[in-house]
Formats: sequence, C-alpha cells, structure tokens
Amino acid sequence: MSTDQWWASESFWRKTAIWVTGGSFVVLMLLTMDTISQISVGTTRVPAYSVINHRIEYKFDEQRRVQVPVIGAKEPLFGKELNEEEAEALVKLGKLTTQSKNCMNCHTLLGNGAYYAPDLTKAWLDQYWGTKEIREEQMLAFIKDPSDKLHNSIGRRMPKLDITDEEARGVVAFLKWMSSIDTNGFPYNFKSIEQEK
Amino acid sequence: MATPGICDSANLNGGQKLAVKYFIVAITLFGAQVLFGLLAGLQYLYPDFLYGVLDFSVNRMVHINALVVWMLYGFLGSVYWLLEEESQHEVVGLKLGNLIFWVLTAAVTVVVLVYLFVQIGPGKESSIWLINEGREYIEAPRWADIGIVVSVLVVFFNVAATFSKGRYTGIAGVLVLDMLALFGIYLAGMFYTTNISIDQYWWWWVIHLWVEATWEVMVACIMAYGLMKVLGVRRKIVETWLYIEVALMFGSGILGLGHHYFWIGTPEYWFSIGGFFSALEPIPLVAMVVHAVFDAGARHAKNSNHPTMAWLIAHAFGNFFGAGVWGFMHTLPQINLYTHGTQWSASHGHLAFFGAYATIIIAMFYLAVQKWRGDVWMSGELPGNGWKWKWSLGLLNLGMVGMTMSMLVSGYVQSQIERAIEGSSWIGYFAAQGHPWFVQGMWWRELFGVMFTLGFVLLVWDLMTIGRGEKRVLVPAALDE
Repeated sequence: MSTDQWWASESFWRKTAIWVTGGSFVVLMLLTMDTISQISVGTTRVPAYSVINHRIEYKFDEQRRVQVPVIGAKEPLFGKELNEEEAEALVKLGKLTTQSKNCMNCHTLLGNGAYYAPDLTKAWLDQYWGTKEIREEQMLAFIKDPSDKLHNSIGRRMPKLDITDEEARGVVAFLKWMSSIDTNGFPYNFKSIEQEK
Repeated sequence: MATPGICDSANLNGGQKLAVKYFIVAITLFGAQVLFGLLAGLQYLYPDFLYGVLDFSVNRMVHINALVVWMLYGFLGSVYWLLEEESQHEVVGLKLGNLIFWVLTAAVTVVVLVYLFVQIGPGKESSIWLINEGREYIEAPRWADIGIVVSVLVVFFNVAATFSKGRYTGIAGVLVLDMLALFGIYLAGMFYTTNISIDQYWWWWVIHLWVEATWEVMVACIMAYGLMKVLGVRRKIVETWLYIEVALMFGSGILGLGHHYFWIGTPEYWFSIGGFFSALEPIPLVAMVVHAVFDAGARHAKNSNHPTMAWLIAHAFGNFFGAGVWGFMHTLPQINLYTHGTQWSASHGHLAFFGAYATIIIAMFYLAVQKWRGDVWMSGELPGNGWKWKWSLGLLNLGMVGMTMSMLVSGYVQSQIERAIEGSSWIGYFAAQGHPWFVQGMWWRELFGVMFTLGFVLLVWDLMTIGRGEKRVLVPAALDE
C-alpha cells in the first residue's frame, strides 16, 4: 500500500484523531450539562428526598411501555413526616452507610455493583418484606442482623455488618428514595408488594 | 555489557530499572487477584466458606482492586520501559520517580491491609476517607485517591519532561495526552454525593473513560512500540495506525460512555447515543487485529521474542473478542435491560480485562526479562522447546475462555429467569441463582479458574527462568526502512 495517498498519510490521521477526540469531548460536555440538570435532586427523574413522606409505586406506563415510579398519597416513613432537611440528612446517613459497609460488592444498585445478592433498585417495593404493614420493621430487623433470617434455599446469607438502629433507618430511607428514581423501566417486569389498601 | 543469561541491572537504562520494579509489584498483585477470585468463586458454590471472616464482598473487592492496580502498575512500568529508548534521553526526575514508586507501593499495601482486616466502618464520611469508599472499582479510601493523583502526576512529569528534552515522537505525543486524560478523569470520582444518579454518572466517567478509552489508547501505544521492537515494523506505519486507532477509539468510546446511562436515572436520549456509539466500539479493535496480524504475517512471523509476539497476538484477538464482541452482545438497551448487572457483565468483564490488558502487559514482562538478562535469544529453539511459556500461554487463555463461557451460560439463565420472567425481585434473583443450569456454570467457572491459576504459576516460573544461562544473543528485528 502506498502511503502517498492523502487518506493513508500520517498527518491526515493525526489531524483526524485530534478533531474527532476534541469534537466528541465537547459533545459529551454539552450532554453532561443537560443530564446533570435533569438528574439533580428535586426533578421529575430524581425526586426530592422528602419523597419518603409519600407512597411510592412502580406502575406500567401505557405510553412508554415500561414501568415508571408513581408518587402517591402521604405515607411518611416510620410514621413521621420529615421536612426537606431532615429527609436529606436521613437519606445521606443511609447512602453513607451503604458505602462504608461495602454493599456494592455483593449487591447491585441501579444495576451496578456485584452479582452475589439481589438488585436493590426497587428493594423498598419487594414482596419479600411480606405486607406493607410490617415492611419497615422487617427491613430494619433484617439490615441490623440478617445472619439468622430466612434468605433462600441455597444457603447464601448476608453477614451481620454492625449496623446501628439509626443507620438502618437511614438505609431504609435511602432505599425508599432510590425506588422513586425514574430508571427508564429498569428493572423490567418487577412485581411490587401490595400497597393499594 | 555483562554476561548474557544473568539478570543484571547494568543491562537496563534508568527508566527500565524502575520499570522492572513496577512489573514485579504488578505480577504480585496479579497473583492476589487470581487468589481472591478463586475464593470468591468458591463462595458461590459453598456460601458458608469464610462467611463472617472474609465475606464475598471483601474477596470481590480485593479481586477487582488488585486487577485495577496491577494493570496500572503494568502500564506505568511499560511507560518507563520505553521512555528512554523512545525519547533517546535519560528520564528527567528519575529520583523522584523512584521515590514515588515506593510511596505508591506502601500506600497500596496499607489499603489492602485495611480492606482485609478493617473491612467496613460506620456510616460516616470518615469511613470513606480512611477505610473504603464503597464504590465498585474505586473503593480506595479518599486519602489513597489523593496519593494516587500525586503519584501519577509525578509519572506524568517524568514522561512529559523526558519527551520534551529528548525526541518527541508520534507515540510520545499520544502517550503524553493520554496520560493527562487518564489522570484528569480520575478526579471525577473523588467526591461524595448522596444523589446516587449523579454519583454513578461521574463514577462511570472514571470507569468507562479509563477502561474503554484511555487504557485502550495506552495499550495502542505499547503495541506500536512492541511491534517496532520485536518485528521491526517501520515507525511511519505504526504511528499512522496509532492515529487511526486513536481516532476510532475516542470517536466511538467517548460517547459510547452513554451505554452506562440507560438505567441510572439519566434521560432517554442516552439510549440512542449510547447504543449507536458503543456499537461502533469494536471497529478500532478490528483495526488493531488487522494491524498486528498483517505486520506479523508480512514478516512471516519472524521476530526477536517469541513469547512477546505470541502475547501481542493474544492481545489483539482478546481485545477484539473480550472488549469488542462480548461488549457488543449486550450493549444495545433493548437487550441490556435484561442483562445489565448479571453474570453477562462478569463474563464480558473477565474476557475484556484479560484479553485487552493482561495479555499486553505479559508481553511487556517478556520483553523486560529478555533485556534484563542481557538481550538474550528468545526466538525459536529455546531449551525444552520453550514448553513453559507455551503451556502457560495455553492454560491462561483456555482457562479464561472457559471462565467466560461458563459465566455466559449462567448469565443467560439469570437474564431469562430473574430478569425477564420473575422481574428482578428477591424471589426471582434466587430462583435464578439456585437453578441447576446457573449452578453448573459457576462450577465450570471455578474449574477453569483453577486451570487459569496453573497457567499463572507456570508464567511466574517461566519469567524467573527463561533465558537463564542462555549464551546466544538476540538478533534484533531487521528494520525494514
């Protein structure tokens, strides 16, 4: 192959590499600015932390043809309505706890993490917790000491991670808030706990 | 020059002496990665194994962190290795580079010890600063993040200053800009936010733009150097290819980032952008295969280092299949909805990291050993017909392909049963995990993991012995200029 052709020359490809890289990066920056504004807390995609004062459902949307979170009537977490600052503080404690206990190296959150334990994206709505009435207590008890709870028939168990009462409440608040994020229908075909009554 | 066949640092230039240190730590961490992978894999089969002592989360964290760090060490070592030859100038600030090597290595040791013996902390920011950040791949606590940034800035200074004072080649230009991007992007992962959507948005900047963009360009530079070195390919050819690869890689990979933005709360326009650009990502990898195989064929595979050449070819194919084909299989949102966060991802991750990165770093190990022993002969007719390097090449590659296929089978079961039918609930998750087909895949994965481990042991043995007592010296690849 002759390298005299312009399309095979070193300088043509050097310039192309520079322009393509620069151009792609500029487009990524513009998209990033738009995306960040759409996923900041308090938007339709990522609701305010005080959403934990409400019932959250995951319902099939006829137009988008996937399930989307639906924010319903007042249903304060642990029966106590929190203002925006209090709600943020509790969810923050929960998020910090999930990081410092390394949850992501067994579980996935929004589908990202490790594959040794169930996805937590909609864990708040999982039928595993029994009924709506006992869900909060079940979750708190499980998070504080899962080692002696029924998990499955294959013997895999979550270890006890020295999570305090307050941290466990934070984790539940974080999970409830996370379930309200619009994840474009992920997870698909999720079967929620009965909440209608 | 010293007697051939004996490891003598007099055979190495300043940068290469430092490179060897990086390589030794790299292969040690590679061993740690393999060991903790075996432990974690065993826990899928025997969940009570090490329960409450070294839980899966700990083993898995050490497994993937050892991976990231040994590859980073492999890259930094490779850069120091080629720096003086490429720039034709002594490394500027080599003493500082040496100091930083020890500081970084001490920091890595402390981080691993804390992972193993402290493991977790209370739900406070202090845990993130001191113990574990709890974000996959970048778990290193914040103090270590700062250490990493300082260290890599020193390496960057060594590289940029050396090239500026010496010869500034095409490879040099790409390498310097790539390292700048590599270090800049790491900063995107160094903050805490409660908003998990924003958290994961920037987290993917680090993970994706490292692994699917800057690391790929890094290995393209190493490949360019390697082909000139062992095959004697003309600089003009490898550098033109390098630019083509950079254009295709960044052109597809930067916006290909969008394939991580389907399900984390981000807007729906990422479906089209992420789907389209990530579908293009295999193209540069095809280009790399063509480049390497064409050059090797054009020289009838005559080269000055057979193990290195074999691993470079393994890299070209591994990168294409692992990163390209395995990534493409589940990159479109219409399939990713069911495969995201299942054993599919693990299958892809294993073949991609090994195929794209482990292979080419191993190629550099062999290049380093050859020169360290005084530019000894490493082509045909090695003692024992070179059985050690050939068997380790075979065992490592077959072991990895076996693990990849096993996890893919388990991934099929998981995406069908857990995702499509049961809908990712707790019950659905365990229905899949307990399915005999899934379990079978996990057994095969562990068995192929043992095969891989044997290959690793043989590799270490070979690297310690190949060329020992060899009296024949290397015949440099004839430059075709």
